[in-house]
Amino acid sequence: MDNLMGRYRNVTFLAAAIFIQILGLAMQVKRATENQSSRLIRVWAVTAVTPLEKGIVRLQTGSSELWHNYFYLRGVRQENRDLRQQIEQLQLEQVRLKQDADQARRLQALLGFKEQYIAKTTAAQVIGSSGSEQSRIVYLDKGSRDGIDQGMPVISADGVVGKVLTVFKTTSTVLLINDQQSGVGAILEQSRLQGVLKGKVTGELVIDKIMPDEQVKAGDRVLTSGGDQIFPKGLPLGTVAKTTKGNEFQLLTIKPAAVLSHLEEVLVIMKKEEHGSDTSAAAPVRAADILSQRLPSVPDKPAEPVATSVGAAAKPASTERAISTTTGAAASPTKPPVTSPQAAPLTKPANSAVTSATPVPKPAIKTTSTPLVAKPVSDKITPPSTGDSPQ
Amino acid sequence: MTYTSREQIEVYRFSLPVAIFVPLLAIFFQAFIPLRFPFFSIFDLPLLVVIFFAMARRSPVTGLFTGAFIGLLQDSLTHHPMGVYGIAKTFVGYGASSLGVKLDVESVPTRLLVTTGFYVIHEVLYFLIARGMVRLDLHWSWPHELAAAVANAILGVLLFALMDRLKQRA
Repeated sequence: MDNLMGRYRNVTFLAAAIFIQILGLAMQVKRATENQSSRLIRVWAVTAVTPLEKGIVRLQTGSSELWHNYFYLRGVRQENRDLRQQIEQLQLEQVRLKQDADQARRLQALLGFKEQYIAKTTAAQVIGSSGSEQSRIVYLDKGSRDGIDQGMPVISADGVVGKVLTVFKTTSTVLLINDQQSGVGAILEQSRLQGVLKGKVTGELVIDKIMPDEQVKAGDRVLTSGGDQIFPKGLPLGTVAKTTKGNEFQLLTIKPAAVLSHLEEVLVIMKKEEHGSDTSAAAPVRAADILSQRLPSVPDKPAEPVATSVGAAAKPASTERAISTTTGAAASPTKPPVTSPQAAPLTKPANSAVTSATPVPKPAIKTTSTPLVAKPVSDKITPPSTGDSPQ
Repeated sequence: MTYTSREQIEVYRFSLPVAIFVPLLAIFFQAFIPLRFPFFSIFDLPLLVVIFFAMARRSPVTGLFTGAFIGLLQDSLTHHPMGVYGIAKTFVGYGASSLGVKLDVESVPTRLLVTTGFYVIHEVLYFLIARGMVRLDLHWSWPHELAAAVANAILGVLLFALMDRLKQRA
């Protein structure tokens, strides 16, 4: 037995080492599906490697700043003048955009869309990668101590980068969108086609399972749809590079907006706010009122004398109240309902003006007291309920 | 490639700082350089360090533990389960040191061939474990792997020449 062990000592050690590692791997794979993972050696390895990476990056940034702030100051005065001019132009542009945004916000409030706004971000430096082509992650120089949490979206100035995968005290890892285990809810800007943007093992980005009859052209922008509840809606993901038609579905290859192979600085979205419609809280707003805000120069239609008899018991005054004009009604308060006892239950559009000199018997106009209210809807525009006009 | 008798084999050792910091430096460069030069990801610096240490020490047990340690360290920087690189580099460490006992691995052509061969073996093992156990969606491409093997072998020869200065006769 001793001779056997001595003769095969090396192979025994090899078998033991491989067996232990396979056991460990099997435990991890099983535990990974139950949302658990062994972290101790990861923490040691990350603690050993990341300070050096941070130091090198800081040295590099410091040297670069020293060069640019002290030695490379040629043309700074002229650059300053040019930048001031640019700022003035941008300020004018900002005023115009703010007006457009205010209008858009009012319309969105009418439709009752909920939007997510990026409320708080923090900048982070990319200090390292996994070193493996099969694992597309990067390391950031900020961790739980800086408020970073697992699952936070990460973006750059050009577009979406990925999401925070694991968080250590002073470092965190980001799973890039082109990793094969990544998936982002996406929507095409023009065709409004929704899908999941996935990474491939080669680092390509694709949207698959698109119906073959859908018309998608190269160059179409791809944005986040917000459906994954991780990335805010509307962030740029990339553009359609090519479409490949298969037997059952077509495959879209996407060129990413962010340069994922040369990341230096990124933004981690730490807080998102949902801005919902405030129609439920505020008093009901009539569509006529909103239209009048948009078109303030349209004058009110003058009141016209009405000589229509609506049923035998209808009074001229009540008939006059039954007349309504859309724009003019914006300023007038809701009138009490007018109902003719002999009136047939026939509804009349709100903007009809009835003028008649002769007492021509006309069907009674049944009115209600409910004003036109733009109901808050979540996803689609539905016309407001057309009750009878009170005027 | 020359065969050597047991009397001619020189066994080397490395000082403790070298044994610790050289693998760590290799891991650091492997993680850092691809950020600036993405093409660098085809190289596997930790694998070259494993091959070098294993061939120099010429002890299969030490070689396999060196491979296991460096492989697990490399695994810990990825988001995949730990052990994929570990198992592959354990085999490479064992094989390189076993080969070092039998062959003269100091000459440049030997080093080129040995590094090319072990790189391919390492990639095959990684592919089998990653697909078989971890269910990663990997694609094998012989042209890519052979080109990467040759590139690693050339880099390995240059690195081994540098690291020869760190060897101490046992």
